[in-house]
Amino acid sequence: MNASEQWIAFKTIVIKEFLRFIRIWKQTLLPPMITTSLYFIIFGNLIGGRIGQMEGYRYVDFIAPGLILMTVITQSYSNTVTSFFLAKFQRHIEELMVSPTPDYIIIFGYAGGGIIRGIIVGLAVTIVSMFFTRFSVHNLTVLISTAILTATLFALAGIINGVYAKTFDDISIIPTFILTPLTYLGGIFYSISLLPEFWQGISLANPILYMINAFRYSFIGITDISLWASYGIILVSIIVMYGYATYLVKTGHGIRS
Amino acid sequence: MTCALKITNLHKTYKNGFVALRGVDLYVEQGDFFALLGPNGAGKSTVIGIITSLINKTDGQVSIYGHDIDNHFAEAKSCIGVLPQEFNFNVWEPIEEILVNQAGYYGIERREAYRRSELRLRQLALWEKHQEIARNLSGGMKRRMMIARALMHNPQLLILDEPTAGVDIENRRTMWDFLTQLNRQGVTIILTTHYLEEAENLCRSVAIIDQGRVIEHTSTRTLINRLGSETFVLDLEERVTAPPRLDCHAVRVIDGSTLEVDIDKGVGISNLFATLTHMGIKVLSMRNKTNRLEQLFMQLVDNRKQP
Repeated sequence: MNASEQWIAFKTIVIKEFLRFIRIWKQTLLPPMITTSLYFIIFGNLIGGRIGQMEGYRYVDFIAPGLILMTVITQSYSNTVTSFFLAKFQRHIEELMVSPTPDYIIIFGYAGGGIIRGIIVGLAVTIVSMFFTRFSVHNLTVLISTAILTATLFALAGIINGVYAKTFDDISIIPTFILTPLTYLGGIFYSISLLPEFWQGISLANPILYMINAFRYSFIGITDISLWASYGIILVSIIVMYGYATYLVKTGHGIRS
Repeated sequence: MTCALKITNLHKTYKNGFVALRGVDLYVEQGDFFALLGPNGAGKSTVIGIITSLINKTDGQVSIYGHDIDNHFAEAKSCIGVLPQEFNFNVWEPIEEILVNQAGYYGIERREAYRRSELRLRQLALWEKHQEIARNLSGGMKRRMMIARALMHNPQLLILDEPTAGVDIENRRTMWDFLTQLNRQGVTIILTTHYLEEAENLCRSVAIIDQGRVIEHTSTRTLINRLGSETFVLDLEERVTAPPRLDCHAVRVIDGSTLEVDIDKGVGISNLFATLTHMGIKVLSMRNKTNRLEQLFMQLVDNRKQP
């Protein structure tokens, strides 16, 4: 396949993925908007009023970036894990496997679908957040780059989960038992400076902390972590995830006999 | 003649230790209509899986139109269209979208893909359903849709793994006509089927695979010529109580008005009719008891089972 044909194959996978989650918008777009609205109402307005300020900002303004990024993370991840697993389950992954589409285009295509869903739902949640927060952007470049890179990382992670998954249970184990705890402990609801020194050290091993802090910086200009450290962690993680996902698809793990 | 498919010493052992292929050699000429036959579990689907890269081979070489699947996988894959045995499409997608996406995986522009999908869906009498989600199609329609999908990139080699399984007779015959037409246009076709009548009617060459080995690989005509005798069923106008005595033929009475007669190759059937007429037995109709290829197939496979 030449470059132009590969580009067409990539676009085809992305369009297919886009149409898939748009077709089921009641399952993919609406629930995160409702859930995030509830977060804002409960943690922001009802409880947040009693908490007072965090790092000099209203609590609801402090948690808003983390909630938006949490949506980006879960949506980009769940798009690829569900889509890849269903493609295996219904065997229509074979449509791609028998075609001359290179393995890396398959990875890019599925990841592209996950990124688009993460960003679209992230935007929708951002719009919702405007009704509850004093919305401001401190650094648009950091905002866009962090959102896209984070979505890329978790879309790739979703593909890996999708490759390994053998049952429907397998696609919810990682999000439930690993992703959600890491996200909640990644500083969405608090600054790690509030934690004892020991737990601060432990928190630094959580990669999601770096993403949330970079994203929060893009909105309100404060972060517990160096911005370069955040970008470094995200980029290294993307390279590792991409390499592993490509290896799995190339060797046909869980796809070829 | 150019070789459409060449398989040399193909071996496959699955992770659980099951040896599916034990050195398969196959050669399919360009433009051929080729039947790959064998009992369940013989290794047919494994061969097809390896050709289409859905199964990793253990050893051996496969080349498609001169492209080795290990070294020139993209070129090799571009030559093949596949209709797998089981449905393998997203049941929630409209059928036009399934076809257009498939074309996209081969680098075909979307506008051209829509044009081709209309052409193929019209050829296979599915255009009326092009907006329908695949789940709502009947079994036969799903098969036809999968044929249309396999043809989206105009492959030179079409591999059909039991294309008419579960398809009614009318649709099966329509499909046969379509495939024959396609073959006349130059598309090489490899067919696996359990309907041996289908293979006999459509295919010019045949290979029989059993227990992971090719046990026969020749032209359909040559194979059928090897049949020593054929069994015919005769429907009689009037009932008979005992089998008529026929010198050259073994005769059995099935019910009063049906006879089964074994006719050796080369003896001819004119004598049979002459003798029966002389005996006052009037034959209303005659048919083969089993399809000729089926009879041969059973002989070959049974011979291998005997120690």
